[in-house]
Amino acid sequence: MRFRTYSLLGLFVFLRPVGNLSLAWGTKHFPQVLSWNPVVYLRAMVDPFVALGIAMLILSLLTRLALLSLADLSFVLPVTAIGYVLATLFGQMFLHEAVTIQQWMGSVLIFVGTGLVGTTPQNTTPNSKESA
Amino acid sequence: MKWILLSIVVTATALSDLLQSHEMKRAGEQSVDARGLARLLKTIAMRRYLLLSIVCLAISFFAFMALVQAEPLSFAVPASASSFILETVLAKLVLKEDVGLRRGAGALLVLGGVMLLAR
Repeated sequence: MRFRTYSLLGLFVFLRPVGNLSLAWGTKHFPQVLSWNPVVYLRAMVDPFVALGIAMLILSLLTRLALLSLADLSFVLPVTAIGYVLATLFGQMFLHEAVTIQQWMGSVLIFVGTGLVGTTPQNTTPNSKESA
Repeated sequence: MKWILLSIVVTATALSDLLQSHEMKRAGEQSVDARGLARLLKTIAMRRYLLLSIVCLAISFFAFMALVQAEPLSFAVPASASSFILETVLAKLVLKEDVGLRRGAGALLVLGGVMLLAR
């Protein structure tokens, strides 16, 4: 059970920042400003990077749903925050965004916090599974 | 405008996550292999609160798309993650999860890290 949870966590932590990166790359290079007009959003979705980002984020959503069937929300939230460190790293590497010392210190705190939460029981609620 | 978009992202994400956690615990253990994905999609289609959570997620997503176009990814992603501390509190109060000392301290450390990341 614990192995299965961490396999899903690993998959989610990979898919989410890579999907966000692809989405950010696509939207930043999209010629129109995204407004409340849905037609502009639909046009943006045809962009290959936006489309790939959306596909990866949908798969990450399904992975997270499976994860929430195994573990508490208050366990999943901090543990998956490690993905934000990856997002910062990718922002620096691929979008050439400046990352400060303060942000690297933030990354270290997230690592420690994630590790601490990872040592707690993954599911603390009574089994509420409905009978079929 | 960026703070309005951020508020929409945070509120919609928190509501979506609470609904998802509640419903997925009731649905039982799921997986993401080929058969598991089909079962998962069927589960989503049959549960109205899960469908509502997807609507909330879509609202959050479109607001996030507008946010990442205007702001650096290194701001947009950590700032929108501030929803998780609100969600941790709601998980204890609404979902009755046992948020003990270690989990609470870990969540606070992660929050501190996210705040530093967000500048």
